[in-house]
Amino acid sequence: MDIITSRYGPAALLSGLGRLTIMLGRTVGALRHLFTSLHLITAQMYFMGVKSIWLVMVTSVFTGGVSAWQAGYQFKSYVPMRYLGGAVGKAVLIELAPVLTALVMAGRVGAGIAAELGSMKVTEQIDAMESMAVDPIRYLVMPRFVAGIIMLTALTIVADFIAVLGAMGVALGFMGMEYETFWNGFRQFFLMRDFVSGLVKASCFGAIIAYMGCYFGFAAEGGAEGVGRCTTHAVVSAAVLILVADYVMATLLFQI
Amino acid sequence: MITVEKLQKRFGRLTVLDGLDLEIATGQSVVIIGQSGCGKSVLLKHFAALLRPDSGTVTVDGRNIFALSRDDLMSYRRQIGVLFQFGALFDSMTVAENVGFALKESLHLKPAKSRDIVEEKLALVGLPGIGDKMPAEISGGMKKRVALARAIAAEPRILLYDEPTTGLDPITAMVINELIVDVNKKLGVTSIAVTHDMASAYKIADRIVMLHQGNIVFDGSPEDTRTTSDPIVRQFINGLSTGPIAVH
Repeated sequence: MDIITSRYGPAALLSGLGRLTIMLGRTVGALRHLFTSLHLITAQMYFMGVKSIWLVMVTSVFTGGVSAWQAGYQFKSYVPMRYLGGAVGKAVLIELAPVLTALVMAGRVGAGIAAELGSMKVTEQIDAMESMAVDPIRYLVMPRFVAGIIMLTALTIVADFIAVLGAMGVALGFMGMEYETFWNGFRQFFLMRDFVSGLVKASCFGAIIAYMGCYFGFAAEGGAEGVGRCTTHAVVSAAVLILVADYVMATLLFQI
Repeated sequence: MITVEKLQKRFGRLTVLDGLDLEIATGQSVVIIGQSGCGKSVLLKHFAALLRPDSGTVTVDGRNIFALSRDDLMSYRRQIGVLFQFGALFDSMTVAENVGFALKESLHLKPAKSRDIVEEKLALVGLPGIGDKMPAEISGGMKKRVALARAIAAEPRILLYDEPTTGLDPITAMVINELIVDVNKKLGVTSIAVTHDMASAYKIADRIVMLHQGNIVFDGSPEDTRTTSDPIVRQFINGLSTGPIAVH
């Protein structure tokens, strides 16, 4: 199914995939203007990163807290509690921080991009840009794509840190654990590779979120309803692709 | 010289332009009239290569604009200015940033030079000193004038107007019409406007063509339009609900 035109069938699917690929190719091609577009990239980094940091921090502190609590519940009577820091740390760095941050950002940033570009599309602002010999892919898509990659990575580092702090807070405050016990457990199982792999995943998720927002924003048609529909498509597609990409990257980055 | 040959455009099963032919001489001011939804704006977007035809060509000074390389297309677009139906001002930018957008992002002029041109064009459309305002802070008529200032900022050779007076009160509409006549004269441009506002058409046109069912059904001077016996044109300019034009 081509979810933009709501047409079904192999031809519609191929046409949708074709448009997606052509725009991605043009976006990658526009990277040659990277250094002359730094002002646009930094503006997007501010919108995506700085304006999202509180949301990510709140999400992360509870993610860390609940993972410590759940791990404590699972460990009870089976696994010594000194391993709690290690288990929570691994779960946070490898999986929870990158994926949950990405899903939250798909809702905030992906929807924001799709709604903004969708409104620009239906009010002919993108046509206006093109008529003035300015490539909208270079001016609108590429900066968001690059900013998405950079800021999802940066926010995931923040999320890693805050989630581990949240887990430690719950372990120390509600589970009666000593600081040294939690910290030693965390350090014992910490691998730099896990941390970096989490960031590699985050950068891919950032690209997915920004690109889906741009793609569906550019595909908006027919006024407010069309903008709403494309915004929904952008968020849903980004969320599904994040989970699919997470599985694919897990199989590539973490060999059993 | 702009030449349209056998231009055909379909959207799904709907044929909007059906092998249309048209020639526009350099410096001429042509107004394309026709019923809402008859394909006027679609035709206009072909002149800016914002839409590509299913078949046919638009040739400007001997070059088919749909066969241009990306770089050549960009340099062609630097020679045109488009006034969109609802202005299409960038709502995240100030008025001055809107007017100076092409100067900065396409022509890469120095900020001081760009600032001077922006002020000059805003003064030309009768809106000096509003550069710091956001589009949301100005009226519909002012938006149209700012959009006109933006369209002419890069000194185009061809100006395209999409329904320049739609949504405006008669007085503001006449101000815009006079501004268009003034700008066309001052810049010596070739101008193509689409409208269903006959007052606007009579004011700005050297020549009026009527689009109906995907093709040109009338081509003449404003005076010819007033005196023609063609039933399609008569129904349209007199605003009659009955006649050869079916109302959907």
